Amino acid sequence: MGMQSDIKLIDENGLRIDGRKPDELRPIKIEVGVLNRADGSAYIEWGGNKILAAVYGPREAFPKHTQNPSRAIVNARYNMAAFSVDERKRPGPDRRAIEISKVISEALEASIFVEQFPRTSIDVYIEVLQADAGTRIAGLTAASVALADAGIPMKDLVVGCAAGKIDGKIVLDLNKEEDNYGEADLPLAIIPRTQEIVLMQMDGNMTREEVRQAIEMAKKAALFISNLQKEALRAKYEKGEIQKAEENLNAEVNKGE
Amino acid sequence: MDLSKKIVLPGEEIDINGFKQGNGLYFEDGKYYSYQLGLIQVYNNFVNVIPLSGKYFPSKNDKVIAKVIEIAPSFWVLDINSPYPAFLHVNDTPWKPASGELGKILNVGDTVYAKINEITESRQIWLSIKEPGLRKIEGGHIITVQPSKVSRIIGKGGSMVNMIKESTGVKIQLGQNGVVWLDGEPEKVLEVIKILKFIEEESTASGLTDAVRSRLEKSR
Amino acid sequence: MSKGSDEIVYGLKRDYLEKISSKGTRIDGRSPTEYRPIVITPNYVLRAEGSADVKLGKTRVLVGVKIEPGEPFPDTPNQGVLTTNAELIPMASPTFEAGPPNEDSIELARVVDRSIRESKMIDLEKLVITPGEKVWIVYVDIHVLDYDGNLIDASQFGAVAALLNTTVPGSRYGLEDFSLPVNHVPVITTFVKIGKQLFVDPSLEEEEVSSARLSIATDENGNIVAMQKGLSGSFTQEEVYNAIDKSIEIGKDIRKRLFGR
Repeated sequence: MGMQSDIKLIDENGLRIDGRKPDELRPIKIEVGVLNRADGSAYIEWGGNKILAAVYGPREAFPKHTQNPSRAIVNARYNMAAFSVDERKRPGPDRRAIEISKVISEALEASIFVEQFPRTSIDVYIEVLQADAGTRIAGLTAASVALADAGIPMKDLVVGCAAGKIDGKIVLDLNKEEDNYGEADLPLAIIPRTQEIVLMQMDGNMTREEVRQAIEMAKKAALFISNLQKEALRAKYEKGEIQKAEENLNAEVNKGE
Repeated sequence: MDLSKKIVLPGEEIDINGFKQGNGLYFEDGKYYSYQLGLIQVYNNFVNVIPLSGKYFPSKNDKVIAKVIEIAPSFWVLDINSPYPAFLHVNDTPWKPASGELGKILNVGDTVYAKINEITESRQIWLSIKEPGLRKIEGGHIITVQPSKVSRIIGKGGSMVNMIKESTGVKIQLGQNGVVWLDGEPEKVLEVIKILKFIEEESTASGLTDAVRSRLEKSR
Repeated sequence: MSKGSDEIVYGLKRDYLEKISSKGTRIDGRSPTEYRPIVITPNYVLRAEGSADVKLGKTRVLVGVKIEPGEPFPDTPNQGVLTTNAELIPMASPTFEAGPPNEDSIELARVVDRSIRESKMIDLEKLVITPGEKVWIVYVDIHVLDYDGNLIDASQFGAVAALLNTTVPGSRYGLEDFSLPVNHVPVITTFVKIGKQLFVDPSLEEEEVSSARLSIATDENGNIVAMQKGLSGSFTQEEVYNAIDKSIEIGKDIRKRLFGR
């Protein structure tokens, strides 16, 4: 936020530098089950972001002293590949990544029925392969799909979006330039069914009214993205084929009886 | 509403339509919702969501294939492809080894076909191999499949697995935990592995049994 | 299960693989010198100066190249610098743990690095900005995403594919952009020993039961530029000679098939 610059982020027609309207999302694509070893996985492209999420577990929590006798612990680990940003990032977690991992863990845990799996951990790995602003929300959105793919019991798929302020105006889903030169950014994640807020951060400067406007805008977009998550899961599991195969199997077996 | 065979996602509302709440659903503010990705199944007046993915969670009397990972003075610790390890006490086996000599009977890396005998409140899982058919498994090969697909591989009344056994001559033992033991000619074992993976992926629209049968015929 | 139990192999699986290997048979039906399908997608990461996504069977590795100006080493003032790093991130396998590079990831990075460095693949002398003061530093970062065996070959193919598609970002620093100068194309071939037989491109299942591993990097002239023997088992001299001959042959085929060289 807040790098000084003369760049105009909104033009005379009210459009942003990438041609979007103030309340327009960048393109989003989600794929399910993209990794072989993980218990569940998802890939998301969101604008210029390319992010993988993988889930392992529930599995016996390790080391043992981290086990909770009454519930599973949810460990998300957000990591950026060295080559994911313009200036090479030194491998390993920095303070930013540790904070992001924490807020993502907590947001995901809000939806998971952790009491079903005492003494276990549910490990969520988010790898940013290419970064273009909004990586924590894109990563969280993919992670939630990976959790469903792994068969983890949840209230609902957690989903999010960010809104912010550029050139004095509230806009949706900031891109890299807007994130660098804008006035505020507010990432938000919700449980869509109940619309409870499970992740929210903000940096910059907004009035009380602007914050309300930003939350409203981000929430509306999150509900839209929630449908993309569901479509991606159905695309993998539905296909129309499982059911057909199963019906045919039953018909076949019944004939034989 | 026809409930059966519908795929639901976590958080999706399910109208249980006068039936009772079974597994895989939660109740909140007067409504029922699925808590996992699965298929709706109505059975004995209960509406269940049968998971399509995820780990194996043992139920009493399940038969599983397990791998020894640790040896204690009077019991073994086994991996049953589940979040929790399982235990096998010498008293629940046909053997009577001297204390501290359990490794002579079952060593780390050895495989048994066992029954889930007991699950305690604190999720301790105890196995037994004191029943006909349960045993230490020797020879052959081990693969794992998605535990939720085991019933599909078995087929109704064992129809699918029997068809594969008869056609290939490969001995097949399926653990409900997704661990599968195979023994036979290497080429035939390879063929069975391919067929099991094929069933697991369900990549056919034209009838699973037919597709499996035609694959088996081709490979003869 | 806990991470530890993933490392205990079913004893009968080991016996089975050893038994069938004595006839040269592999559990997935491949011939002893056959690779799994290889799919390389170059330029996968646009923020990198070069990159490649490699799928070798079910193993998946993403390699990215970043290039930044920096100081040369005092003993090579008129050469650019090559640095290779590998991350075995816990996403890729239940047995990988988060944390600083361990001996496995360091070995992986160093073997890939040696094949590139010793074949003189990159013309480091053309990467000098101000002699003795400022040169281009080439960072090759190997990001393992999905582990199903043979990380050495997957990573090395990825590194070569990425470097062949790398642009030195001069314009970002007031200079000119240019393609990374490449002279040679090294290819690595990894063998494992199961029982008494050698097999290329081991899957994870095969790696788990193998006693010894040998990786051989060759250049387009059929010369050997790097080797690494791994694991606690051994090879006979005859086996090593055989593996070398095969690696030259296989290297030639892969160089042509994957890199058109």
